[in-house]
Order: sequence, then structure tokens, then C-alpha cells
Amino acid sequence: MTLRTSPEIGGMGHSLKRKEDARFIRGQGKYVDDVKLPGMLYLDIVRSPYAHANIKSINTEKALAVPGVLAVITGETLKEYNLHWMPTLMSDTQMVLPVEKVMYVAQEVAAVVATSRYAAADGVEAVEVEYEPLPVVVDPFKALEPDAPVLRTDKEGKTDNRIFHWEAGDKAATERAFAEADVTVKQDIYLPRILVASMETCGCVADFNATTGKLTIWMTSQAPHAHRTVFALVAGHVGLSEEKIQVIAPDLGGGFGGKVPIYPGYVIAIAATVVTGHPIKWIEDRTENLQADSFARDYHMTAEIAAKKDGTMTGLRIKALADHGYTDAATQPSQFPAGMFSICTGSYDFPQAFAEVDGVYTNKPPGGIAYRCSFRVTEAVHALERMVDILADELSMDPAELRLKNFIKPEAFPYRSILGWEYDSGNYEGALKLALETIGYDDLLKEQVEKRARGELMGIGICSFTEVVGAGPSKHFDILGLKMFDGAEIRVHPTGKATARFGTKSQGQGHETTYAQIIAEELGIPAEHILVEEGDTDTAPYGLGTYASRSTPVAGAAAAIASRKIRDKARKIAAHLLDTNEDDLEWEPGKFSVKGSPTLSKTIQEIAFAAYTNFPEGMEPGLEAVSYYDPPNLTFPFGSYICVVDIDKGTGEVKIRRFLAVDDCGNIINPMIVEGQIHGGLTMGLAPALFEELVYDENGTPLNGNFMDYLLPTAMETPKWETAKTTTPSPHHPLGAKGVGESATVGAPPAIVNAVVDALSHLGVRHIDIPMTPDKVWALLREHGVTE
Amino acid sequence: MTSINVTVNGTEHQADVEPRLLLVHFIREDLEMTGTHIGCDTTNCGACTVLLDEAPVKSCTVFAVQADGRQVMTVEGLAQNGNLDPIQEGFREEHGLQCGFCTPGMLMTSYALLEQHADPSEGDIRKAISGNLCRCTGYVNIVKAVQYAAQKKAGG
Amino acid sequence: MIPGMFDYFAPSTLEEATRLLEQHGPDAKLLAGGHSLIPLMKLRLAAPRVLVDLNGVAGLAGIEERDGHLRIGAMTRHAQLEASELISDRYPLIADAAAVIADPLVRNRGTIGGSLAHADPAGDLASVMTALRAELVVVGPRRERTIPIDDFLVGLFTTALEPNEVLSEVRVPSPNGGSGGAYVKLERKVGDFATVAIAVQLTVRDGTCDEAGIALTSVGPTNLRARQAEDSLRGGSLDEQSLRAAADLAAQEAQPAADLRGSEEYKRDMVRVLTLRALRRALERATR
Repeated sequence: MTLRTSPEIGGMGHSLKRKEDARFIRGQGKYVDDVKLPGMLYLDIVRSPYAHANIKSINTEKALAVPGVLAVITGETLKEYNLHWMPTLMSDTQMVLPVEKVMYVAQEVAAVVATSRYAAADGVEAVEVEYEPLPVVVDPFKALEPDAPVLRTDKEGKTDNRIFHWEAGDKAATERAFAEADVTVKQDIYLPRILVASMETCGCVADFNATTGKLTIWMTSQAPHAHRTVFALVAGHVGLSEEKIQVIAPDLGGGFGGKVPIYPGYVIAIAATVVTGHPIKWIEDRTENLQADSFARDYHMTAEIAAKKDGTMTGLRIKALADHGYTDAATQPSQFPAGMFSICTGSYDFPQAFAEVDGVYTNKPPGGIAYRCSFRVTEAVHALERMVDILADELSMDPAELRLKNFIKPEAFPYRSILGWEYDSGNYEGALKLALETIGYDDLLKEQVEKRARGELMGIGICSFTEVVGAGPSKHFDILGLKMFDGAEIRVHPTGKATARFGTKSQGQGHETTYAQIIAEELGIPAEHILVEEGDTDTAPYGLGTYASRSTPVAGAAAAIASRKIRDKARKIAAHLLDTNEDDLEWEPGKFSVKGSPTLSKTIQEIAFAAYTNFPEGMEPGLEAVSYYDPPNLTFPFGSYICVVDIDKGTGEVKIRRFLAVDDCGNIINPMIVEGQIHGGLTMGLAPALFEELVYDENGTPLNGNFMDYLLPTAMETPKWETAKTTTPSPHHPLGAKGVGESATVGAPPAIVNAVVDALSHLGVRHIDIPMTPDKVWALLREHGVTE
Repeated sequence: MTSINVTVNGTEHQADVEPRLLLVHFIREDLEMTGTHIGCDTTNCGACTVLLDEAPVKSCTVFAVQADGRQVMTVEGLAQNGNLDPIQEGFREEHGLQCGFCTPGMLMTSYALLEQHADPSEGDIRKAISGNLCRCTGYVNIVKAVQYAAQKKAGG
Repeated sequence: MIPGMFDYFAPSTLEEATRLLEQHGPDAKLLAGGHSLIPLMKLRLAAPRVLVDLNGVAGLAGIEERDGHLRIGAMTRHAQLEASELISDRYPLIADAAAVIADPLVRNRGTIGGSLAHADPAGDLASVMTALRAELVVVGPRRERTIPIDDFLVGLFTTALEPNEVLSEVRVPSPNGGSGGAYVKLERKVGDFATVAIAVQLTVRDGTCDEAGIALTSVGPTNLRARQAEDSLRGGSLDEQSLRAAADLAAQEAQPAADLRGSEEYKRDMVRVLTLRALRRALERATR
């Protein structure tokens, strides 16, 4: 991509240093736990030790006697205000605090309000709850058996634990494709329950002013506007009115999808501030975060591919069971109970495909959120990219060759997949060929042959994924009815500097820098003089927030469109100032000049000043614009990743020797930030591939609900990532950009699994479920007679 | 309540505290210096790293009373007279941070490393920061940030 | 996560410390590095009513070689062991272990005495000291006594320390020529406790094994001495076959339990694999 702006302007393509870093490197970031208000009280939560139990009694007497404890809130307290239940973002229902029974270990049971964090913790210790244990359903397959206890007894007429059945594609035609196939392969694949575990946990400070009726809530929110509207809908009946609710998402210490749901703690804190008249702080600790917050994945899949002998893939079939815990608290667009799972045909030109997903309730924490990915894309890509390797093994074909044979061809775009997506642009063979060449694939294959001869275990794994991000067009995409557009508002001030506000919320992506670069690109105002603000619903234009890699595709487009509106007005003012026709002017970043007379020009700064001081008669003064961008389509970033692993025959440890990520996210706003996003995404792909899984025992008790046992990789386990790129702009995005925050988390796990399976393929190993822990790999080695 | 005297970033602070008060809460809440963060309950994440008499420690696992009579340095103490420390510059120049939450801890650990070891290898750096978790960066640019600071300190 | 309330004492002498222990009896707990105790208190799995902080007690930290022993003060931090040239030159087994305990920040606080007195079978230094046949100096209000490591480690989180006693020093016999050791640890990631770890100390004289110390981490109620494996080596030639045989014996002697780190079978095999690796490395160092 050629740069259109100078480094001084710092438009697209410049690796501008981040504006937000000035405060972060000085310890001056302002996160929610840094908010301290006069008279603020602290809230701490009593949680259930049982996965399923009736609550017989809650005795708060001893807790209320603890010095500093002022109140204990229970479900009965909230019931008085009809606030004990709330909707999930998937229109299911979730308890704020229970009045009858608990449904998972660590569920909120009561809340203690005290004068300090320490007193609140003491109060939690002193609350006495009597439970009557009920039969527990942990296994989602058992949840669907006819004799399974029905968990959601609150739902009248509910006779089983099924939440939804969803399907896409032509079942009969796909069956025919399989019947006619030369070769079919089939594999059960489980993507375990994991949790985003952003370094900052969730929490809020809620402050209700009884005099004005205004509620201000600082909260860990990736979607402040949507959350405000939900609060207004949930608590309207107790007098909270949307214009008097101010949600402020301050600096967020990571989000990755975990700060999209509305957790009961927020609502309890709101109730507590209304009841006590004091500001209330609630900050969950890490144990609560891991044991109670929304999880990701937990998809039990059976995947099949039909193919011809020559490797041409003719059919894909995937059936999945989704364990949602006790309520469907997924954060997916309403029309997509299984997210974008139907992207499962990926980068390949499948003539037939059929996918179906059943959602079930179990006695586990609710969720079904993303983990740095766009709505179930990771599950779909994992199944597909594993199956392609299994087919390659079946056909004794090179996995790279099989992929190249079946890719959607560059000239086929825009491409309509058999399951209904219209891919905007792509060049899959370009990315894979670059990856193969860059990493030296042929040499690695030779090395592998030599190593195998010596009894050493080395594997090479490929993943060629397609993402689907930027939700989304209002025709199909909404959350609780709110269409998934996003807003940008730009004000150019008289001295030619600008303030821009957005409905999205950065959690580390660097929006303050990248949005400024987009506006700089479009208006020629130096990025350093564009102040970007997000996260305050009192000031920012409406938008659905930041998740699913949608900020650049949607809000970034809004920034470009709003800038262009300003430029259109600027052209009129320039024509007035230069005493010429608009049509005689030409634009280069930062100024309009008269065609053929480049010295006759007006800079954007001169024009901005004129917008307030010397505007044409009949024109409204000022230089501002708002855009609410409703994207015409999603964007489809893609990439090809290659992973090289060595396996310790003695211990089963997997060592990633090299990992190359070739990404294509269309036109790039800030290469430095894009590379950083890929590094981070890769690490969050590595984590579930080798380390992370939330494990429960048969009673539904979490076995690794803290950082001692829920294993986030450190710098020692994380390889030195290598990156490269191709550029295939999006034809429909105003900047040709596609979004990149999550690609690597989607693409990395199958590449790593494919590498490990490749290292063991000569033994007859075809599949390993993640996380590929040393003991799991060891068991496979010993099963196949390999030992040290 | 126990009376303590702790010097934080060169300034002496006298306070009466409960013995159970964790150093991180003393710094964040009593002294209202919120650059030091809390990321876990089990001494794993390192977001709360400060220097205690020059050694980087997890301040969530030290009682404030244990800092009595001692020197504490937090992220707020890195810049001197408004001038950034090279390690701060390194993190900005090399994009060694994203959400910024682990950053103060990473800075303190890296700062201490460079005080001990002027020219660390990549392996030395990775090992030194292995008690600090980062969920955003994938560590590659943090390593580069420390290398940048090492070079800058060496006059390069 | 907030610890419960307690009374705090910071004695400046050992005598004062033991007097405080005597005074408060079983309600009191010693605070050394605190990196096992404080997390347990935050999780409210431990709630001592009195903490006696040893960090201000004079003379409890230090590393020196004197009178045929390496003497390590109980309050010596893991990071000090890791940085000590004396240890890296002459006690590679300790150096290996000190570099892999928990993580570097924890090592700046954690102490050798705290680690041994906590008696977590996943503790690295207890295996090291078992392989080295260390003795522990223990001070009470009225007497000082020396306890061999095997007698000190009684069971899960249990030692031979009386409630009024403080572990003050660890004594390791200085190596003669021809000795070498190694610590090999399998952990899921940095900061994790060992899945399995093996400490080996070998003394070789004229091609035969004069003395062997082999201890196992995380595979029993305490750190285990692999006696049969040691016996099998002592007096024999240290060829590959005998090393393998010893590793097999160590695996048999282990008492692993399944957990998230792996099955019993996996851990037992890891004892075999890692013991062999540790023996090879120790032998290489002993004969270098």
C-alpha cells in the first residue's frame, strides 16, 4: 500500500507510536478499580459451593455484626423491585441473585456492602447459607438424555434441557455428496471450555444520585451504549431512565469478549447504590473471574469431509453440541444462536455442506461468548482445518497441496459460499504460497524425513483460515433488537484541530491512535491533533461496541464517512475562499487547490478557521459531522499459518520451534499495531492449544479456578512469532480495511494441532483434542510404543 | 493497627495500618497511587510488581507492615524530573504494551533486570519477565522494548 | 481476596522469635517469604491469629562454606541461591533448582527455610536437600538441635519442628572431588509446581559410585528419597545400564497421585525419564 500522507500527518500505513501509551507507561491509566468517589462503599459477593441446590435459608445476622458491614443484599431484596432476574444478550434469562435455587458453583448468592474491601470480605465469610443439594448435570450429552433432570424449572412447560437447534445447508444434497464420494473422513473434535482472563477482571463503580435521578456507572464494558440501553430496559420500572444513565467505560485492561456480557455483579451494584445512596464499588477477584464469568467454546463436534480420489472436496458435514451452562448468555447476534458457525466451509470451494448445532443447559457457569474471535468462527475453523489434514492423511497427499487444490480461486470473489456468506475478497493461494516459501517448507519436509529416520519427532502444521468479521449489516445483525451499526462524530475546531468520538471501546487495540490516523488520512489534519474519545455514553455517538473485530470494519468506516462529509463541506468553503467553483478544486491530504494552479490553495486548517469566521452566505457555520455506519457486508480477513514443533519423546512436551503467520487484513491503518494484534492473537491461540481448559469434576466443581492451575502462557512458553503479510483490500469498506484483532486466535490452534499430529502421523495418530498437554501426548506416544 | 513508615518513590509516608493490609492495597488505596495493578489472587500474574529495596516483588504477597522502614519504588517513580526512564521509552517505541494493565509490573521487572544486567540476551529477558503475565502482546515486543532500553542506557 | 485478621510481630532476634512462638502456641505462624502462606491466607485456607515475621531477624540469611559444610541461613532467598557463585561453582544441584522455583519474582521473596518448613511435597528444595543429605539447624527457646532432612520431613505439610522452634540454618556436606548433581523439573509452565522433578547427587571415585542421593518431588506425601535406586548405584559402576536400572527403581518407589498434571502412570513414567536424565547430567558433572 502506498502512503498518501506524510509522516507529519500520519494517515494510513504509518507505524505511528500510540497516543495512549503516554499515560500507560507512567502508570496513569485510569481503570475502573482506580475510580474512587467520596463516601464510596464496597461490595463483595457470597457465592455458591454447589452446582445445583435449593437455597433453604440465608442468615445475614453474623455478617451484619461484622464491623464495617452495612447491608447484605439477597435475591429476596431484589425481588421486591422485580430485579432478581435479568435478560441475557441472547434473550434467555439469568438470575441476578437467586430466590429459590443455585445452578452452578460460584453463582452469586448474596452481596455484602461494607465500608472497605476488607470489611466486605469479612462479611462474605460470615453470611450463612443453608443449601439442599440437587442432582447435578455436568455432561452436555447426558443433559439431553430423556431421564436427565430438567434444570430450568423456572421456565414454564420446559421439559428438557435443549436451548436451541440450529442448522444451515441442504441436508439431503450433502448426504448425496457423501454417498457419491470416493473418500470420506470423520472425526470427533472437542474444543474445551476456556476463559479470556483479561489481565484486568470485571467490575464497576455505580453511583446513583437520588436528587437528580442520575445513575453513573464506570464499568468494564466493551459495549457501553448497549449496556446502557439494557440497564434502561431492565430497570426502567424502578425509575432508571436512559437519558439519566451514564455508562463510562474507562481504560480497560483487556476484553477479548469477556466484557461484553452484563454480569449480575453490575446489576447488584446498581441496586446497592440505589438502596444505600452511596457509590458502590464491585471488583471481582481472579478466582471469581475464572469461576463465574462467561466462558468461550465448549463445542463437541463431529466433522466429516467427502472427497474425490484426486483430493477435490465435495461435501462437508458438521454436527455440534454446545454446552451453554445454566443459561444461554452468549453474546451473539440474535439471529445467530450458533454464531457464524456456518462459515465452516472456510477457504474452500465446497459444493455442498450441512451444519447443525444444538445448545444445551448444564450446571455450569453461563456463557458462550467469544474468546478473541468473531462468534464461533474459531470452532468452525478448527473443525475444518483439522479435517483437511485428516483428509490429506487419508489420501496420502501433502496438506499444502490439498489446500491449494481446493481453495476458492482469487478470480472467484466476491464468492458466495454454499452456506450463504458472500466473501468480499481473498487470495488464499497467495497467502499460503508466501508462507510456504518464507518458512522454507521443502527444507522442513526434508529435515522431518531425516529426523524420523533417527527416531526424533518433528511436525509441520498448516492452517489456511478465513475469518468473518465486522458485524454487521442491519438486515441480519442485531443484539436484543439493536442493529449492529456503529457511530463516529468528528468536530473540527477553529484552529484546525479535531475531536472525534466513537461508540466503540478500545481494550488495548489502540483506537486513540488508529481512528486518528483514519481521520488524518481523510482530512489531512495531523493525527497528533486529533483527540479520540470513547466509552462515555453521555458524549459518544451510539454504537454497539468493540468485539468480533468490528471496530475497524464498522466504526473505522464511520470515521472515514464522517471525515468525507466534513471534506465535502470543506470543499464548499475552499471554493468560497478561493472564489472558484467546487468542481475546479482538487484535494490532496490537507488541502484543496485550484486545478492547474497549485499555488492557489487552502489548507484544511485555513478552511476550518473559515468555517467559524468566514463561511459562505447561507451555509451553516461549523465543521462537524456524524456518521452511523451500517456495513453493506461483513469483511473476510484470512491467512495461512505454518507451525513447526518438536516433541520430547520422554515427557510428551510440545516445543514450538517456529511459527509463521501470514495475514491478510486488507489495507492497514497502522502496521505496528497490526503486528502487535497478530502477536497477541497468536498467543491467545497458543494458550488453548497447549495450556488452557476449564475443568469440572462430576459435581460441577471447578478444578482450576485460579491462575495456579488455569495456565496462561508466560514469555518462556511463548515462541518468537514470525509474521508476514499479503494485502487484498475489502472492496466494500471505505478504506479497504478488514479488521485483524482476532485472526490469529482463530488460525493458530489448528496450525499447532496439525503440527503435533503431523509429528506423530507416521505412528497412526490422526487427531488430538486441545489442550495438547504433555500427559496427553505422552499417552499417545506410549500407546504407539514410543518411549525414551 | 500498626504504625509504619514507608518510603515510596523517595517520599516518606507514615500510616497506621491493619497488619493484614497488603502492600498493594496500601499503595493503591492509602497512598492513592493507582499505577500498580492487581490481576490475580495467587501470586501468579505480576501486575502488582514493585521494587522493595531494589528487588522486584509481587506487592499482593507482602504485607504493608513488612515494608516498614524500607524503600518501595512503583511505576510512578520511574520518570525522573519529567524525563522518562529508557524502559518507559522502550515500551512506547517498540509497542511493548496494548491494554496497559500488565505494563507497570512489566516495567518494574524490566527496570530491575537492567539495573542488574546491562546487556541481557533475549533468553535472559524472557526468563526475567516470566513472573509477569501479559495477555495482549505475545511478549515479542516486550522483549524488544527491554532491548531498546538496554541499548539506550548503554548510550546507543 | 483478602486475608483474615491477625496480630503481627516483627522480632529482631531469634530468641525473641522463639519466645513469641512459645507465648502464642499453635495460634502463631512464622512468616518467612510468605509466598506460600500469604496466598493461602488470601484464599482463607489459612487463618493464623498471630504472625511472627522473621524478615527482621538478624543473622538468618547468608551463604558460606565453613568446616566442611555449606551453611545457608534459613531466610536466604531463592534468588540469592540462584545468584551465588559459590553455589553455581560447587553445588550445581542447588543452582539448578534455585533457577526453576516458581518464578523470578517469587524467588526474590521465597526463602529456603520457608520452603523446607512448609513441607509441600511439590517443594523443590526439600528434594535437593534430601539428595544432598542436608542437616537442618533448629532453634527453640531452650535448645538448639540438628535434624537430618529425612527426619525433618514428616509428612504432607508436616515437619519435625515443634511449635516453638525456628529453622535457622541448612547445612550441606561440602563435596569432595568427583561429585556432581542435577535437578530436572517438568512443569506445565513457569510458575507451576513440578509435575515431577528429580534431584540427584552423585559421588564417583575411581569409576565407581561412592554415594548417591536421589529424591523425588511431587510424587508422594513428602519429597521422597528413592532408597532402592540409591542403593542400586552405590558401589557399582555408573554405566548406562545401571543408570537405567536406578531410574526404573525410582519410578517404582514413587507414590504419585493423578491430578490435572497427569495420571499416576504418567507421573511414574516421568520419574523414570527424569531420573535417568538427572543421573546422566549429574554423572557428567561429577566426572568432568
